[in-house]
Amino acid sequence: MSWVRTEMALAQAAPASVRGPVAWVRKNLVGTVGDTIMTILGIAIVAWILPQVINWAFINAVWTGPDRTVCATVAQGGIQPDGWTGACWAFVNAKFGQFMFGTYPIEERWRPILVAILFVVLLVPMLIPRVPRKGLNAILLFLMLPIVSFFLLIGGVFGLPHVETSRWGGLLVTLSLSFVGIAVSLPLGTVLALGRRSKMPIVKTLCVVFIETVRGIPLITVLFFVSVMLPLFLPAGVTFDKFLRALIGVSLFAAAYMAEVVRGGLQAIPKGQYEGADSLGLGYWQKMGLIVLPQALKLVIPGIVNTFIGMFKDTSLVLIISMFDLLGVVKQNFSDANWATPQTARSGLVFAAFVFWLFCFGMSRYSMYTERRLDTGHKR
Amino acid sequence: MASQEVLREESSRASFINDPKVRSLFFQTLVVIVLFGSVWWIVQNVIDNLQRLHIASGFGFLKGRAGFDISDTPIAYTSDSTYGRAIVVGLINTIIVAVAGIITATIIGFVIGIGRLSHNWLIQKICTVYVEVFRNIPPLLVIFFWYSGVLAVLPAPRDSYHLPFGSFLNQRGFYFPRPVWGEGSWLIFVALLVGIAMAWFVARTARQRQMATGQQFPVLWTSVALIVGLPLLAYVLSGFPLSFDLPKQSTFNLTGGFQVKPEFLSLYLALSCYTAAFIAEIVRAGIRGVSKGQTEAAAALGLRSGSILRLVVVPQAMRIVIPPLTSQYLNLTKNSSLAIAIGYPDLTATAGTVLNQTGQAVEGVLIMMIAYLILSLVTSAVMNVVNARMALVER
Repeated sequence: MSWVRTEMALAQAAPASVRGPVAWVRKNLVGTVGDTIMTILGIAIVAWILPQVINWAFINAVWTGPDRTVCATVAQGGIQPDGWTGACWAFVNAKFGQFMFGTYPIEERWRPILVAILFVVLLVPMLIPRVPRKGLNAILLFLMLPIVSFFLLIGGVFGLPHVETSRWGGLLVTLSLSFVGIAVSLPLGTVLALGRRSKMPIVKTLCVVFIETVRGIPLITVLFFVSVMLPLFLPAGVTFDKFLRALIGVSLFAAAYMAEVVRGGLQAIPKGQYEGADSLGLGYWQKMGLIVLPQALKLVIPGIVNTFIGMFKDTSLVLIISMFDLLGVVKQNFSDANWATPQTARSGLVFAAFVFWLFCFGMSRYSMYTERRLDTGHKR
Repeated sequence: MASQEVLREESSRASFINDPKVRSLFFQTLVVIVLFGSVWWIVQNVIDNLQRLHIASGFGFLKGRAGFDISDTPIAYTSDSTYGRAIVVGLINTIIVAVAGIITATIIGFVIGIGRLSHNWLIQKICTVYVEVFRNIPPLLVIFFWYSGVLAVLPAPRDSYHLPFGSFLNQRGFYFPRPVWGEGSWLIFVALLVGIAMAWFVARTARQRQMATGQQFPVLWTSVALIVGLPLLAYVLSGFPLSFDLPKQSTFNLTGGFQVKPEFLSLYLALSCYTAAFIAEIVRAGIRGVSKGQTEAAAALGLRSGSILRLVVVPQAMRIVIPPLTSQYLNLTKNSSLAIAIGYPDLTATAGTVLNQTGQAVEGVLIMMIAYLILSLVTSAVMNVVNARMALVER
């Protein structure tokens, strides 16, 4: 006779070979001989680098101090024992104000701080999808804020003392250059991309020549161009602010790259969308503005953010036309005799790298988040 | 009938303004007028300004005496040479650092990119950290880091680090033995060329034989034997003509050998590390772009994992990888202009010096732009040829 089981067999835990930390290690670290060798190699690399980094950046680091002596060994005229290496965060600490604002007058530094607060207050709700009134927010952020910031930072009105742009520096320059660059390059790049796909031969040729030329040359050459050639292009006596020249250079450069990104999006929109818009009787700008561009831009968000990140990093090049952005100020301070030690350069650069990294990494993560959110599931 | 005629007439009359052709003609005429107007205005201003500054336009200044020294000169150059030659020196330096950087960045990038796809958790994480660190900091900062943060704090020549093969590392750069080609060493180069030619011939014949008969031939080992063995044989036969000029340590400096200056070294290392992070991402995307079915089908055919990678995955991945790889190569070439920040005499640096000395801003910037455009075009052309060979051959 057959035997029929009446109660359920008790569920048993999975065997130890497929779950738990041991199985995880076996699967992910020592699966095969090759794997094991790689793991040992990896552990060797980590064990070699990580303690050195931690030692340098935290354990041996000097956090506060009045001048170079705290960061130099006895042989170098300081107080540290011979053979000491550690980060000189005291240098960063002492120069923090300069790294942020350059030589912006100390009693006026509330102005950039106020701008920064306004920027954060307007940007955060812009970035959170659930917060309503995006249109108003965008107008405030991209139209009002630049105007208000302009008067606040430059001054000369409402009893605010005038501050020359040559006194701006540090993160202030980096952020304002990139913000304006972003705000200008996206619309300009979109127009260039539309021009490149236009059926009008002259407009098309102009756009192609501009885009390909700018993309073919380094940003430094573009900056040279605007800093050396622009004064020649203008009538005698008309001069441009150096900051404005850098702004023009960076924006034009980014616009050419942006144009290619947007063009990729435009090409990805099926012809049916264009024809559908035509058959509804929409004009060119209606067709583009209401049907094509919203879809195209959404497709290329990662590319757009990548261009932003690239531009943010590229603003560091204004150092070459002797403007002092964050990296420029940090480098300028290496030559400060009060702080010159073998550790100064490394510490300053690591700090600058960390600031740049925070911004760029933040942007790239936000773009990934947006990409997931806007994914309408039409992708294969 | 009559009403239709009227309608058509009316519609054709009304469509005059809305006719796309008319509109496009009008718009383009407007663009041309504005363009020529502004160009004319700019040219007038430039002429005025140049006259005011007493600068003669034209490229005649290239024949003038440069009067400044260049630290790295791959071709003969002194301060008595012409401006033109100074710019050529800069161009060659740019090409040297770009080619060296492209090779190293490709190697590091492929290793890291494949590492990010590894099943090994630790390797994967290490590679991810590398990519995320280098992708998100400016290349200029990486250059400064190598230059001021690493190479400048190396010991003085007296306490140089001794490295294998008689090379040294100190704050003046990296020194390694310089090969000195003695008499009869031309035979080695001839042997190398013959070896390469024979290896190519063997590979072709082997492929044809495999196509015809299915029999395989160990092409790789034969080629290695030919390319390495023949020059070695020539070296022995011609009586060991190759010797090395070793760097020697004296009290304050190193003499002899070949010196790689810290400027070049930091630019080269920085460009390689920075671009490698991007290449790694491209390689990763390329390999992931090959669908799993391809690997499984290859495995079902009985190919070994090495053959799957070589014959099925890599050829398809390369198709995805090459176009963005090209643009990374172009970026690296353009980023080499950052050399100016640490004083490596590349094209931008020398042309910039010439521009400052002569005041020939228009010509100087033009030369820079054209040189970089040509470099970009050449790189694109080479990569397009590679791409065409890799591309899917469809019926």
